[in-house]
Amino acid sequence: MLKITNPQKTFNPGTINAKTALNGLNLTLNEGDFVTVIGGNGAGKSTMLNAIAGVWKPDYGTIAIDGVDVTNMPEHKRAKFLGRVFQDPMKGTAPDMEIAENLAIAARRGTKRKLIKGIKKLELAQYKELLATLELGLEDRLSAKLGLLSGGQRQAITLLMATLNRPKLLLLDEHTAALDPKTAAKVLDITNRLVTENQLTTLMITHNMHDAIAYGNRLIMMHEGRILVDVSGEDKKNLSISQLLGLFEQASGSAMADDKLVLSK
Amino acid sequence: MYFLNALPGAVAEGLIWGLMAIGVYISYKILDIADLTVDGSICTGACVCIMAISAGLPVWLSMILALLAGMLTGVVTGLLHTALGIPAILAGILTQLMLYTVNLSILGGKSLQTVNARAVPLLLHMSNNNGAIIAAGAIVVLVIVCLRLFFYTEVGLTLKSTGDNPDMSRAQGVNVELNKVIGLAIANGIVALAGALLAQYKGSASINDGRGAIVIGLAAIFIGLSVSMKIKSNFVVSLIGVIGGGIIYYVIYNFVILMGLKTDYLKMLSAIIVAIFLAVPYLKGKYFTKQKALPVEVCPDAGGGTNA
Repeated sequence: MLKITNPQKTFNPGTINAKTALNGLNLTLNEGDFVTVIGGNGAGKSTMLNAIAGVWKPDYGTIAIDGVDVTNMPEHKRAKFLGRVFQDPMKGTAPDMEIAENLAIAARRGTKRKLIKGIKKLELAQYKELLATLELGLEDRLSAKLGLLSGGQRQAITLLMATLNRPKLLLLDEHTAALDPKTAAKVLDITNRLVTENQLTTLMITHNMHDAIAYGNRLIMMHEGRILVDVSGEDKKNLSISQLLGLFEQASGSAMADDKLVLSK
Repeated sequence: MYFLNALPGAVAEGLIWGLMAIGVYISYKILDIADLTVDGSICTGACVCIMAISAGLPVWLSMILALLAGMLTGVVTGLLHTALGIPAILAGILTQLMLYTVNLSILGGKSLQTVNARAVPLLLHMSNNNGAIIAAGAIVVLVIVCLRLFFYTEVGLTLKSTGDNPDMSRAQGVNVELNKVIGLAIANGIVALAGALLAQYKGSASINDGRGAIVIGLAAIFIGLSVSMKIKSNFVVSLIGVIGGGIIYYVIYNFVILMGLKTDYLKMLSAIIVAIFLAVPYLKGKYFTKQKALPVEVCPDAGGGTNA
């Protein structure tokens, strides 16, 4: 479903601030994989996601989604393969537009937009049902502006938008990091339900080791732009946090130094 | 009494400038771009319309040509901004400067061209203010209806989201760059159409038409929205508010002139009005917000916390 072959990216090349963010990264996802991604600050997690989404182009290497080489495809064109939820709750929705309008724009991702009515009557009923499944009391607020909603509500709607027309790949970039713990748990719950129901191939970055183990069928740990640990199946199910830290130390030859990661048990 | 006599003229001119302000509303409010092309494109509309009428073309065709010419100026600014990466404000200034040359050559190298309102049947003219109000009003209604239809299509919605949140738009497969060009074309097309009405109203087009138009447009938007927001904040009400803002602006303008203020001072007055409207929300936020009492229960339920 996704095949990343050694993309490399150096930011600010030729300057004292030059930083190689991805370095020898190879990853293949099978259809239906729900992969959690974990790693310290600067490990290249978000950089990898942005490379897949097309926010910037890698200097070398290729990225293929569903067998299509998208390496040179602009961001808005490869959006048809992808559903994305960002860390910043403000980033995923248009605040000055109605909930229904946001959903309608997302529902037409990957289609040629025409000069016909932007939202059909039938859609409204469908959106109402979908919103009801979030259990956030949004089903009667279709015409409310997104800007009036809380961060958790926005992330839940962004998730709905991202999964509306079954993307080939769902990219979640620490999408619960900006929420309070209770709301984060709720949003994670919705995420798990949507991914399982739609059988979506998913890459989810998280800073929470517990969540990384609890969700998905495969876990990868990144360090210095590479994948150090890759566990799946039964091995992943039975993983403990201390085992995970052990695997990391074994592979990297150093102890995990990121407090946020270590402390977020 | 003098003031009441001047009122129909003020309303007619206000309608025309209100139409121009709708163009500015599309770039400034919907696309979130401060587009300075406007000062040039309103003049382009005036020049094209007057020259086309002088050449014997029917009035409606002359106005359509003015509209198309204005759209082209928007495309130029849009491409300077999106294809060549020039900041939007500078792109607008560059196009505006180019248009000075273009407009001069449209006018055949003269700084002023006139049409004889008695010899040519114009859509509106200052000699008949009541007629002008009806004609300009009809055009305004037509434009608002078209915009309402367009901005609620599949394409139109993405134009709104482009200005509202470009990141979200890209993630939803929207070509943000193309949308900016389309939006600027529509905005400047409407501005040029207002220029065409203005030229007919005056019976002439001058190379100096439209200097400071962006400021008048912004003033109309701020005045209009400050009223219309209190009624309802939907699309059509906002556009009607902007038209109202244009009319209020011109009524005040005429009143000030009748009070004996020298016309030389009027541009200063417009600029000060806009500066005040831009500054007030900022100052309010900075100096006049009282600290609110802590809510009794912080974060009552999942997703219930306010995230402003």
